[in-house]
Amino acid sequence: MSGPNRMTRRDFIKITTGAIGGVIAAGIGLPAIGYLLAPALRQDKAGKPVIVAKLAEIPVGKPYPFSFTVTRVNGWERTANVFGGFVIRLSEDPQDVRILSSRCTHLSCRVNWSDEAQGFICPCHDALFDRDGKVVSGPPPEALGHFDYEIDDQGNVVILPVERKTE
Amino acid sequence: MRNAWQTLFAWLDERLGLHSLYQNLLDRPEPRGNWWNTLGSASLFLFLLQVATGIFLTVYYNPSPDHAYDSIQYIMNEVAFGWLIRGIHHWGASLMVLVVFIHMLRTFVTASYKYPRELTWLVGVGLLLLTLGMGFTGYLLPWHQMAYWATTVGTQIAGSVPFVGEFILKALRGGPDLSALTLQRFFAAHIWILPALMFALIGLHLYLVIKHGESHFPDKDD
Repeated sequence: MSGPNRMTRRDFIKITTGAIGGVIAAGIGLPAIGYLLAPALRQDKAGKPVIVAKLAEIPVGKPYPFSFTVTRVNGWERTANVFGGFVIRLSEDPQDVRILSSRCTHLSCRVNWSDEAQGFICPCHDALFDRDGKVVSGPPPEALGHFDYEIDDQGNVVILPVERKTE
Repeated sequence: MRNAWQTLFAWLDERLGLHSLYQNLLDRPEPRGNWWNTLGSASLFLFLLQVATGIFLTVYYNPSPDHAYDSIQYIMNEVAFGWLIRGIHHWGASLMVLVVFIHMLRTFVTASYKYPRELTWLVGVGLLLLTLGMGFTGYLLPWHQMAYWATTVGTQIAGSVPFVGEFILKALRGGPDLSALTLQRFFAAHIWILPALMFALIGLHLYLVIKHGESHFPDKDD
């Protein structure tokens, strides 16, 4: 009846139970790994480009202030943060534009343009940045950040809402 | 020739007694096989499944009135396989109540609760009540309209007990009204208190089942 290669009833039940158990464990376990690691695998959405001004309306030489809102989504919570900056036309040439962030590199207060000082003054600790965003005096460790931008077909100044370090 | 695995197993077996553990726990002598006798194991499996999926759900769930509903929407729509983990927990809960009930019905019909298994039965009654308690506390956690009003009514029913009703209602709700306190204490009961009691009673239940063995089906002579 039972040859050398015949499986006993007992062994068959054991192997079948183990196999079904393994399938169930994998069926729960593998999705569970994905479930736990899902936030790490999510791609950070790059901010959408923001139109901040019409180039034609910006006077040459005087920094033009703008602000925009970036909404970040973490889980089920949305956080809106307002960022600001200045468009500075250095000459009539539409490409000769610099866009600085108004966030002070010391403690993130917002700097204002001062005609008198011909620079940006931070209201918190009286730091002074020059027209290019370089530190003239005060506690900030580095120059104001800048935004990458392009001028679209309608003459709008469009920035990428990611502040970049100015070397 | 013994390979490395057999050597390792022999080493562990000598120290842990794996073989005798296996013989005593899983290789017990059984009365003639009957599928109705598998319902206890099925209940245990469902309990462990609820434990596993429940632990995973707490990774994203937040038991506060401000976030409970949104966090479950997030689990269902945004988290990979969140719908599966919550779906198993949701349907597994109903299935567990059903299987536990049929398990109990089988024990009753086959008169398996009699000497010497009276304590096994009593512990089982405790486990049935705890299972229903898990269902009741878990039902509030999604914090949607159905959950809110079901718990309002459920706690009111508990509050209709003569003399001590108001005390029970306040103890369940953590105050006179259904509030953040209710959600928080139902959550604590659902993930800590009731499961801890269940683990303890299941341990006792299994010990008794193994100690007394399983009863055979009654025949003409019984």
